[in-house]
This record gives sequence, C-alpha cells and structure tokens, in this order.
Amino acid sequence: MRCKHLRPAVLLLITCAYFSSTTFAGAQTAIDVTIKNHRFTPSEIHVPAGKPAVLNIKNEDATAEEFDSSALKIEKVIGGGNEGTVRLRPLDPGRYPFMGEYHSDMAQGVVIAE
Amino acid sequence: MLATLLIVFREVIEAGLIVGIVLAATKGVPQRNLWVGYGVAAGVAGACLVAAFASEIGELFQGSGQELFNAGILLLAVSMLTWHNVWMASHGRAMAQEMRQVGAAVVAGRRPLAALSVVCGVAVLREGSEVVLFLYGIAVSGGTSAGMMAGGVLGLFAGASVSALMYLGLLTIPAQYLFSVTSGLITLLAAGLAAQAVASLQQGGYVEFLTSTVWDTSWLLSDNSVLGRLLHTLVGYTDRPSGAQLLVYLVTITVIVGLTRLKRPLVVPTKQSSRYPIPVLPGD
Repeated sequence: MRCKHLRPAVLLLITCAYFSSTTFAGAQTAIDVTIKNHRFTPSEIHVPAGKPAVLNIKNEDATAEEFDSSALKIEKVIGGGNEGTVRLRPLDPGRYPFMGEYHSDMAQGVVIAE
Repeated sequence: MLATLLIVFREVIEAGLIVGIVLAATKGVPQRNLWVGYGVAAGVAGACLVAAFASEIGELFQGSGQELFNAGILLLAVSMLTWHNVWMASHGRAMAQEMRQVGAAVVAGRRPLAALSVVCGVAVLREGSEVVLFLYGIAVSGGTSAGMMAGGVLGLFAGASVSALMYLGLLTIPAQYLFSVTSGLITLLAAGLAAQAVASLQQGGYVEFLTSTVWDTSWLLSDNSVLGRLLHTLVGYTDRPSGAQLLVYLVTITVIVGLTRLKRPLVVPTKQSSRYPIPVLPGD
C-alpha cells in the first residue's frame, strides 16, 4: 500500500530524468554577471529572444545574495564569494526585471530579450 | 528596517501557514504538539545547516544542487501530505467507529503524525534557511544596526501572528466540517508544493517541456504582494505559471482525490446498526 502512495512521486522523478537527458543539446548564450557592493554588473542584460541563455553570476561580496525574479521565475541563492548558474528559459521579447532579494534597494537589474 | 521586516515576514508566513494547517488538521490528537514541535525544531536546525552549506549544496550537480535539493524536499512534503490524506480517508471512518469502543485517545494517536511532522520540518527548513542567510549577511556585513535586528524580530512576530490567526480561524469551523476543510487545504497545499518543485526543476534545467508561461496575472495579483504570497503558500497561486507547473498541479490534485476515493471504505455503516457487528467471543 505504501508503494502506491509513492508512485506519483516516483513517476514524476522518472519523467524528469527522461527529459533531463535532452537538456542543453545546443550551444547557448552565456553571460557573466558580477555582484559587487550589492549591485549587479551589468545590470542590463541582453539575450536573444526565443533561445535559452545562461547567466554565470559571480558574487564578489562576502555575504550571500538571492537572485530573485518573478518575471523570470527564478530564485537562486548565491553564497558570498561564490558563483551560481542561472538558466533562462527561451523568453518572449520583453523586459524581465530581477533583483537581489537581500539588498533589493540597491541590487536591481533587468534582462532584455530581443 | 522595513526591508528586513518584510523579508523575514514573508518567509515566516510561508512556513507558519503550513504549520497552522497541520495543527488544525490534528486538532485534539494527543501528542500532536510534541510531533509538530519536533518537526519545527528539526526544521530550524536544518535551516541553519543548509544556510551554512549553501555554497557546497549549490555547487553539486553542475551548479544545480540547490534546485535539485529544493525539488527533493518539496516532493518529500508532497508525498507526506498525500499519505496523510489517503490514510485519513481509509481509517477515518473506522476510527470514528472505534472511538466509541476503545476511546478516542488511543485511536487518534495512530494517525500519521510523523508524516505531518516531516511536513512542518520541510516547511521551516526551506523558508528558514533563507532567513538565516539573510540575517547572517546583515550581521557579517557590519551593518548590524539595531533597526535591522528589530525589523527581523518584528517580521518574525508578524508572520507568526498571521499564521496563528489563520489557525484560530480554522478552529472556528464546526468540528464535523473541520476535517473536510483541512483535507481540502492539504490537497491544495500539496498541489502547490508540487508545482513549486517543478518550477525548481525547470530552473535547474531538469524539466524542459512546457516551460512557457500560460498566463500572466501579475498586474492583478503579484507573487510579491502579501496576498499573493499567502495564496501562493495556501493554494499554490503563482502569477506566471508555466505549462508544466499547471499540469503537475492538476495531476497532484487528481492523484490525491483519486487515491482518497479509492481507499475510502465502500460500506457506509449507519449510526444505528453497523454492518460489522462487534464479534461476540465464546466466553461472553
């Protein structure tokens, strides 16, 4: 009986594993972003619309930051002095604001898909 | 100070609402405070651990460790919530019967409290680790102004108060409906968490189908607003859901409701005469 309860979760995991094998087949845009003094550089990031892209975010501050964007549907913690990879799904043309949640007054930026 | 208050408030409320629902669902069950307490305490300890090793976790799986970890604990919570609802469906009626015979305390004590304890732990761990990282950041960066710490404490109290209010609100529901209401809430909660898990897997690049946004209601109710956050936690609302999130949300509800129906005893004994008469022992 117990196994039955776990079945949906297991099925989901298998599905995920299956689809993950097709991940990142093609070349994609990779952009380096730096966090320093709780600001993003560049704070305006241009990516081609309709294609996945990767942001390699380097946090040069001593403390952690959370890359947060409800428009991009991403919440990613990047530890102090560490790097983090943020994968952008293929975006429709437009502006997608993001912020560093822990310092949202300073850490602001936007991804522009065009 | 206000920024600190808001961040802590948001995270506390997300964990607090889940604990509130669990407390309401286990109203009157002996030792439930103990189990929920264990869960919350383990969650706090886990949050500190996760915060301390955030970078190490993040570096696993080619930088997608954080996403996989989040998805993993979310799916753990989903399976525990599913288990609870299905267990209650299959034992609920038998329990009501037995209660008159062996006493409510003994029977109710058999409920899957451990499962709900895990759910509380996961909720606190997930949200708590962000609070720990954030507050730690403030402390380390030397900006430890009294105002910021006060903001953190106020946020904690505000979040706990709103959660307590929801719990007390649930308790005003008449006892005979309370179980149905909490079962419904738990189903929606599980579906919302499953959808969050998918979002996390999509973010990590593990789920690459149905990634486009189905609708955008951020102009109406943003995820970042307080009400948006509340609904996000309670029923899984999100202003820009992806197709896969929507799919998994609906599948989770269907699976839980389906399993609950399947496990529900077919025979409905009436109050006066049970179809299962109490066996009479030869010696009686």
